[in-house]
Amino acid sequence: MKKLLSYIDGYKKEAVMAPLFKMLEALLELFVPVIVKKIIDIGIAASDTAYILRMCAILFLLALVGFIFSITAQYFSAKVAVGASTRLRYSLFEHIGRLSYPDIDTLGTSGLITRMTSDVNQVQNGINLTLRLLLRSPFVVFGAMVMAFTVDSVSAVTFAVTIPVLFIVVFAVMFSSMPLYRLVQKKLDGILVSTRSALNGVRVIRAFGREQEQVTEFEKANSELNLASRKAGRISALLNPLTYVIVNIAIIILIYVGALRVDSGAITKGSVVALYNYMSQILVELVKMANLIISISKAVASSKRISAVFDTKPSITFPEKGARPDMDSDTAVCFRNVTFTYPSSSAPAVSNISFCIKKGERIGIIGATGSGKTAVINLIPRFYDPDSGEVLLFGRNVKEYSADTLNRLVAVVPQKAVLFNGTIKDNLLWGNSKASDEDLLEALETAQGLDIIASKKDGINEFLSEGGKNLSGGQKQRLTIARALVKKAPILILDDSFSALDMATDRNLRKALSKLPYSPTVFIVSQRISSVIDCDRIIVMDDGSIAGIGTHDELLATCETYREIYLTQKGGASNAVSKSSERNFQKSAGIGVEI
Amino acid sequence: MLALVSKYRFSIFLTLLFASVNVFLTLYIPLLFGRVIDMIVGTGLVDFAGIKPGLAEAAVLSVICAAALFGTNIINNRIAFNTARDMRNDMFRKINVLPLEYLDRHPAGETVSRMVSDVEQFSDGLLLGFTQMFSGVLTIIGTLVLMLRINWKIALAVVLLTPLSMFAAKFIAKHTYRYFSEQSLLRSDLTSVINEITGNLKTVKAFGREKAELERFAEVNESLAKVSLKAIFYSSITNPATRFVNALVYAAVAFVGAMDVISPDSALTVGLLTSVLSYANQYTKPFNEISGVITEFQNALACAARIFDLLEQTPEKPDSDKAVVLENPQGNIEISSVSFSYDKSRELIRDLNVSVKKGQKIAIVGPTGSGKTTLINLLMRFYDVDSGSISVDGTDIRNITRHSLRSSFGMVLQDTWLKPGTVRENIAFGKPDATDEEIIAAAKQAHAYSFIRRLPKGLDTYIDEDGGSLSEGQKQLLCITRVILSLPPMLILDEATSSIDVNTEMRINKVFDKLMQGRTSFVVAHRLSTVLNADKILVMNNGMVVESGTHEELLRKGGFYAKLFKSSFI
Repeated sequence: MKKLLSYIDGYKKEAVMAPLFKMLEALLELFVPVIVKKIIDIGIAASDTAYILRMCAILFLLALVGFIFSITAQYFSAKVAVGASTRLRYSLFEHIGRLSYPDIDTLGTSGLITRMTSDVNQVQNGINLTLRLLLRSPFVVFGAMVMAFTVDSVSAVTFAVTIPVLFIVVFAVMFSSMPLYRLVQKKLDGILVSTRSALNGVRVIRAFGREQEQVTEFEKANSELNLASRKAGRISALLNPLTYVIVNIAIIILIYVGALRVDSGAITKGSVVALYNYMSQILVELVKMANLIISISKAVASSKRISAVFDTKPSITFPEKGARPDMDSDTAVCFRNVTFTYPSSSAPAVSNISFCIKKGERIGIIGATGSGKTAVINLIPRFYDPDSGEVLLFGRNVKEYSADTLNRLVAVVPQKAVLFNGTIKDNLLWGNSKASDEDLLEALETAQGLDIIASKKDGINEFLSEGGKNLSGGQKQRLTIARALVKKAPILILDDSFSALDMATDRNLRKALSKLPYSPTVFIVSQRISSVIDCDRIIVMDDGSIAGIGTHDELLATCETYREIYLTQKGGASNAVSKSSERNFQKSAGIGVEI
Repeated sequence: MLALVSKYRFSIFLTLLFASVNVFLTLYIPLLFGRVIDMIVGTGLVDFAGIKPGLAEAAVLSVICAAALFGTNIINNRIAFNTARDMRNDMFRKINVLPLEYLDRHPAGETVSRMVSDVEQFSDGLLLGFTQMFSGVLTIIGTLVLMLRINWKIALAVVLLTPLSMFAAKFIAKHTYRYFSEQSLLRSDLTSVINEITGNLKTVKAFGREKAELERFAEVNESLAKVSLKAIFYSSITNPATRFVNALVYAAVAFVGAMDVISPDSALTVGLLTSVLSYANQYTKPFNEISGVITEFQNALACAARIFDLLEQTPEKPDSDKAVVLENPQGNIEISSVSFSYDKSRELIRDLNVSVKKGQKIAIVGPTGSGKTTLINLLMRFYDVDSGSISVDGTDIRNITRHSLRSSFGMVLQDTWLKPGTVRENIAFGKPDATDEEIIAAAKQAHAYSFIRRLPKGLDTYIDEDGGSLSEGQKQLLCITRVILSLPPMLILDEATSSIDVNTEMRINKVFDKLMQGRTSFVVAHRLSTVLNADKILVMNNGMVVESGTHEELLRKGGFYAKLFKSSFI
């Protein structure tokens, strides 16, 4: 919370001026009852028209100046609110950018998005309202009390007693309603989840005929929401009536005491009127404050949520100025006794694995779902840190490199092909923002993607809408491969990146990769033997451990797991037809290709 | 909408009654105080005998007034929240009987928004705004009447001046509308950027693009800031502006009133003047509120329109009274002369004839988007055929209860859907009374038990919406387990096991094969072996069934299928 207040730092001046001007405006308002008192005691008593006129003119002037003060205050407060929340949003975005994979897994992307949008808006509103109103109301209330003392200190004691009572009531209501409102929000979330789920699963629900049960569950959640809302509403509904009674009773006491005082000649009738007016002013301010408090509670709740994100320190930090990789080293990547568990998991994804890869080698990684293939390649660019053991790149521990260096050393083509809003060229430049057009075309050629830009009206400047909706799955994949190739990194990782490509393209791509002039060390992760069969070596993963490393032939002879995979893929039900032809047929009939 | 409201007509009457009492007393009590203050004439001239009962009366009335206010608040809350609850229940029930045609056409987010925000804004805006409006109008009328009774000159001054505040509010609102819409646009731009980057954060990090994207973000952020400032500032002028006009009114009343008090033969006393001044304050407040209430009304009505649009959609035609319950289906399916299309102006399936005997396996092949799901939609009566008929065991499916028809088919589709709940609840979705032994047995058959066992709470592990942290493959295995447990007499399978590794895929396929033995099955084929072993193949292209027959027959025909098959093996 305190950290969030620090965003107001750049607007200290305005943050002080806004409430100040508001208070000046309130101050002017406080003079009104005194002026009316004068009108009554002097103007009316002496039938002095000119005096009355003068006083009313002063009232008008007070109103005008008050108006100007108020507008000034609104401007300053808007500036602070907008300025602070803009910087907050920027900082939040920056912080999120620094989080590492495990943190993102834990926080969840929807949660991060809501923080950035809805919660920041609540905070902005809260700051604005606070600066405008929070100080004004108590100021008016205390100011009225002070003015009352100047009119008649004896009667004003009523104020001194009433006001604390009022504050106690207000805060009691506020504090008891805040947790109730939080509960209401939570119940509302529950309705949201139910509805989304019912809509997404409508076919399955109807297929199993479970509509009635869905309705019953929903009605239950809905009635919980209803009860929570009504409970919260009941407490808030108390606020205005309670304060109304308290103030009126105070007025009654005030008038009675005033009567006694006038009777004994201590004060004038006009004073009683003034005191009455001040008490009424307090009543008005209390009503305003009650409504304000609800908005502030919401803002506080949001700021707590935002703070939680800031409190999440990135679990992986990189040294500012890292080590220099030993590019002459023979070994590109080495794993030494590495064990790693994903944050949300209880069992390790890889246990105690060790291997060393030479520079320029082409390595295939194969294994069943959950065998640990993706975990291995997530550790190479240091998306995650291992629980124990070391990952070495070019002779040094991965932890010694700066984020920049690591970025330049490793290029990754992720499993899911993600492209961003922009032209094809914009997306390719992600690999290296300083790449020349030739570099981009070279990369496209290797990735078998030249036909993509040939088929588009604007060629390489073709705009990709909504992350590549106007491209087929295969085209997207080839572009993401090209993007990684633009980097010309010495280590290239392809995570199941050929799944949407047909046989011919698959083959040509692998041939082109082997011909790259800078001979990167390549890791190809796949489930299909055909994609890794011509790799220099293949790592066979099984349930988190390495079942075998070697060439295809070596593994066939020595590794049972590999043999099993090979046989199931090569053999299968169709004996008359080779597996590759089958895949060709599947691909042309559109079977097995998800576009 | 009137139906909803009339349900609560007694409560509405009560709340208006309480509100009237509240307004009346709120106006009367200052009058009372004024009268009492008048009894304080001067030193030694205070009429205590009159003051005491006056104050006592004020005390009692204050309590009654507060109680009325509390009463009206509580009743308002109840009406608002209960209406919201009823509406949401109605909407949810409606969603469950809406034809899939509507649900397919409308994105889920839209319906969710209606359910959550539109209902909230409607109940807040319409109902609360209504009573505010009512109190406001009563207050205006009441204070006007009282002021008139006290002194017509003051009343006139007030009436002439106060509409000024309304005009000021309207004027400012019109101009700030422009800034608000600009702000809206920029907000949604910013949200898109945030969505895109945060949703794909891992890719951004993989390419070290954090700084570059931060700059892009900063640009939009700054533009938004500029517009927001204007929007907020200009809209915040409303209150001070109306307060200013109110203060003018107050000054005018003070002047006219004071002049009148001094003038001879005036009935206006200082006490009455005090009352009038406090009325002047009270009179102007509702005008502020009313302009705000009117905008809220507009918003609420817009929301109501969207809500009722949903509620008034035609539901699926209910099962006719003569609908039979399908019992012990054998699995003989006749598709006769069926024609169907989603878009009635374009053809999709035309004059389809397929005869399926009990236990046969029908493979459906075709390029993506060729309409394979359409057949499934028709079989499950998610959509009804345009012409022709589909019968199961001789009975037209339109004469069978939907529930019994659908539960005779076991469906495993590409889209995995799991409900927020425990693993156990999800597997037992089709058979809620299944024992744990049955569940575990099914899970073992689907090769899902090994990973279920390793979950933090095993079968009791809670799965969030969208499947939580389970992988795609695991989700698919759970969906398969779900079907295995409910053991339906007929099967509809979409063989997309793309997210499952080859080994597990092989084992699953063996499970499918075993399941399909003796059961009539429709399989969207992804394996050559399925196609080769099918009793009949339906070849789809561009939404139409272009060929049908066994594998050998189709090869002999030399058509689309044959070409496809031959071209793969050269």
